[in-house]
Amino acid sequence: MDENKVFEYTRYTQDIEAMKAAHQVLAEYAFTPSLPQKGYNNRSLHIDLGTLKFTEKKIDEAMKQTFTGGRGFGLKYLWDAIKPGTKWNDPENDIIISPGPICGITQYPGAGKSLVVTLSPITNIPIDSNVGGYFGPLLKFSGFDALEIQGKAKEDVIIVLDGVKGKVTIETAPQESLDSHIAAEQFTHQYAADEADLRNVSVVSSGAAAAHSLIGCLNFSYYDVRRKVTRLKQAGRGGIGTVFRDKKIKALVVHGPQVKGDMNHPADLGRIQRAGVKLHREMHDFDDKMCGMRKVGTTNIVGVMNSYDLLPVMNFQYGSHADAPKIDKTTWIKQFTQGIPDGCWYGCSMACAHGVDEFALRTGPYKGHKVVVDGPEYETAAGCGSNCGIFDPLWVIECNFYCDTYGIDTISFGTITGFIMECWQRGILNAERTGGLDMSWGKGESQLELMHQMARGEGFGLIAGQGVQRMKRIFADKGWGDFAFLTDIGLEGKGLEQSEYMSKESLAQQGGYYLTNKGPQHDEAWVIFMDMVNNQIPTFEDKAEALYYFPMFRTWFGLNGLCKLPWNDIEPGDNRTKNAPMDAAKVPEHVQNYVDLFSGVTGREITKEEIIKMSERVYQFQRVFDLRMGKGVRKYDQPPYRAMGPVTKEEYESRQERYDKQLKDWMNIDPSTKSTEEKIALHRKYREDRYQKLVEAVYKRRGWTADGVPTLETLKRNGIDFPEVVEVVAKHQ
Amino acid sequence: MKYLKTSPAKCQGVRACEKTCSQTFFKTGDPSKSAIQVKEVGGKFEINVCNQCGECIPICPVKALSRNKLGVVMLDKKLCVGCLMCVGYCPTLSMRTHPDLREPFKCVACGACVKDCPEKALEIAER
Ligand code: SF4
Ligand code: SF4
Repeated sequence: MDENKVFEYTRYTQDIEAMKAAHQVLAEYAFTPSLPQKGYNNRSLHIDLGTLKFTEKKIDEAMKQTFTGGRGFGLKYLWDAIKPGTKWNDPENDIIISPGPICGITQYPGAGKSLVVTLSPITNIPIDSNVGGYFGPLLKFSGFDALEIQGKAKEDVIIVLDGVKGKVTIETAPQESLDSHIAAEQFTHQYAADEADLRNVSVVSSGAAAAHSLIGCLNFSYYDVRRKVTRLKQAGRGGIGTVFRDKKIKALVVHGPQVKGDMNHPADLGRIQRAGVKLHREMHDFDDKMCGMRKVGTTNIVGVMNSYDLLPVMNFQYGSHADAPKIDKTTWIKQFTQGIPDGCWYGCSMACAHGVDEFALRTGPYKGHKVVVDGPEYETAAGCGSNCGIFDPLWVIECNFYCDTYGIDTISFGTITGFIMECWQRGILNAERTGGLDMSWGKGESQLELMHQMARGEGFGLIAGQGVQRMKRIFADKGWGDFAFLTDIGLEGKGLEQSEYMSKESLAQQGGYYLTNKGPQHDEAWVIFMDMVNNQIPTFEDKAEALYYFPMFRTWFGLNGLCKLPWNDIEPGDNRTKNAPMDAAKVPEHVQNYVDLFSGVTGREITKEEIIKMSERVYQFQRVFDLRMGKGVRKYDQPPYRAMGPVTKEEYESRQERYDKQLKDWMNIDPSTKSTEEKIALHRKYREDRYQKLVEAVYKRRGWTADGVPTLETLKRNGIDFPEVVEVVAKHQ
Repeated sequence: MKYLKTSPAKCQGVRACEKTCSQTFFKTGDPSKSAIQVKEVGGKFEINVCNQCGECIPICPVKALSRNKLGVVMLDKKLCVGCLMCVGYCPTLSMRTHPDLREPFKCVACGACVKDCPEKALEIAER
C-alpha cells in the first residue's frame, strides 16, 4: 500500500460535540491512575449500574496464584457474583473484562487480548471470549486488572473510564448510534483530546440486534492510524452482547495514557525483547511459506479445509464444494488491503486483522455507505459462506459487516442460518413459516434480510436469534418437524452453536468440540489434522492425552491476555525436523517463549509444566462452575449426530467409498449386502459407541468421575478444594 | 538519499566507529549500543549498518518511522511503542535493540563515525 493513500469512508463524526453536550452524568468516581508493576495493578473496578456505585477491589497474591488473571479472574468474580439459580438476565449477572498479566506488552505478537466472562444467555453457564482491540491494555494502563459490571441501568448509558484524569463516569448518551461501526467512531472522537490521541481511546459496544437475540457479541475498537478509522474486533461467542444490552449499556469508553514499550514495568524487559524479535524474524522469514497470515489471515485455511473434505458445506452435510475457491484465499488476497500493519494490538507482526476497505454496502439501513469491514476470518467465510451454500464473497463481506455492527456473533449466525436453510430444503420451513423469506441454499440476500429483521426485532429474525437449540423445540412444537431429526442436524452443544469445522471424520475433534467447558468452540482443542489427516493419535488414550494437553495449554492464553495464533500459525524453521511429530505439534520453542514472557513480565519463574498446572486450576474450576449452574455432567457433553457421522442418505452417498470401506475395516461387514439405511444405522451404532469410549478415556485423564465431575482428589491436586467448590462436587461423587 | 557507505575491504577491525556511535547517542563507549556493528568473519571484517532502504517504514504500526528531507529513515521516539517489529523486519538486521532501551535505534547517517575511522572505511554518500 502507498503510505500516503487516503481511504474514503462514510464518516459519522458530524455533530458529535452536540451529541456529547446532550450527555447527562449520572454518577462519577475518582481514582488514582496507576501503571501495572510486573504485569499487575493488583486491583479491579466493580461498577453496579443499578445502584450507580463504584468499588475498588484488591487482588491479592492468593488470587493471582490460583487464577493468574484474564479468564481466571473473570470466572472467579462471576462465581462470587451469582448464585446457582441466577439467570442470565438477572441483575446480579456480571460482565467481567480482564486483560491478564502479560497483556499490554508490545514486543511479542498477540499480546493485547481481553477476556470477557459472563453467564451466557444461550447456554446458561459461564462463557469466556478472547478479543483483540485496545480496551484491555488501556484499562490496565489506567490502573485496573479487571472491570466488572453488575446490575442494570434504567436507561441507555455509557461508562467512561479516563485513566489519565483518574475519573469514571456513568452518563446517558441518547443520540449516539447503537451500531458499532458508528458508535465506536463517535465515542472515540468525542473522548480523544486530538488526532494523535485517537489511538489512546477504545470503545466496547454491541449493536441493534443484540437485544433481540441470544447471540449478541461485543465489539472492541482500536484506532487505525493508517486508515484513519476505528476498527472492530469481536468477543463473539455465547451472547455476551445480549447481556450487555440487557444491562442497557450502549458503550464502554476507555481513555488511557500514550502507550510505551514498558508500561507493564516488567521484571526483565530484555528477556521479552529477545523473544519478540525472534518471533518477528520468524514471521519475516517463514510466513509467506507457511500460513500467509500477513496477507490473508485465517482465511488461508478455507482452501485447505475444502481439499481435505472438512469445510462445513450446507449445514455440515458435506465437506467440500466446487465453488469453494470463490471464497478461499485467492479472493481474500484481492479483497484485503495489502501491505498494511494489521495487528489488533501493537507488535502483532502476525497481523491477521485484515480489512476490506471502502466497501459499498448493498442492503439495510447503511445501503450505499462506504465502510471498512473487519474480516472476514475463516469462521465467517465458512459459517456465513459455504455452510449456507453462499459462495459469493460480496455477500459474505456484507454479512460480516452487519453481524459486527449489529452486535451478532458470526459463528452462531452462520450455524443458525445453515440449520434454517436445511430445514427449508427438507420442507420443515417454507415461505409461510418464515414470513416470506426464501431460505434456499445460497440466498445471500435472504440471509441479510434475516439479519436486518434481527436488528429491527421483527419477523422470523426473532426466532433465528433464539439459536439452534431453541429453534429445534419451536419447530417441533409447531409440528413442522420431528424433534429427533432436528436434534440430529442442529449443530449445537450445551446451547452454543458449533464453530466451523467438520468433525464427522475425526473422533478426537468430536471430543475437542463437545468435551469443552463452554460448548463446541475450537479454541480449546483443534486436533482434526493430528487425528484424521496425520493419524498421530490412534488410540483412545492418545486422543485423551491430546484432549487433556491442548485444552489445558490453550486455556493459558486466556489467563494471560494472549492470542493463540502466534503460537502455532507460525513455527520455527526447524520445528518439524528437530522434534518428533507429536512434540512438533506443541511447538516447544514457542512454549519456551511463553515461559520467558511470563517470567520476564511477572518475575515469577515458571516452567513449561507449570503452564499446564496454572491452566488446569482454572479449567477444573470452570467445570465445577458448569456443574454449579446445573450442567457440567456427561449428558451435556453429547454431540448431535451430524457432528459424528452421516445423518442422511445424501450425506452417506457423498462419501460412500469411505464409509463402505470403514464398514469392512472397522466392523467387518460386507457393504454390498446392506441398504444405505442399514449402513447408516450400523455406522451410527459404531460411532456413538466409540464416542462414549472416548468420553470415558478423557474423563479419566482429566480426573473426573464417569459422570464427568472432577473428583475431590482432582480439586485437591489443583489447589482449588475451597469449601464452596467442594460443596458443589460432593453431591456428585 | 543520504546514507553511510561502508568499504568493508578496508576495515581492520579497529571498531572506533562503534565507540563513537554509542558515545554520540548514548554517552557510553559500550559497543552494544552502537548503530554500526563490526563483526569478524573468517579473518575478514563485516560492517553492519542501516543502508536507509526504508523497508521498515510500512511495518511500523504507529507511523513512527519516516524519511526526513535528506532521505534518512528517522524514528520518532514520541510515537514509538517499542514493538520491535522494525527490528525483526529489517532486511539487513541493522535496526538495533538493547535491554536498557525501550525503543530501538538505528543509524541516522550523521557521519560522526566517518572521521574517527583510521582506515577511511566509512563515508557519507548519496544514492
Ligand atoms: S494474530 Fe491476529 S488476532 Fe492474534 S493478536 Fe495478531 S492480529 Fe490479533
Ligand atoms: S519499534 Fe517503534 S519504530 Fe519500530 S516498528 Fe515498533 S513502533 Fe515502529
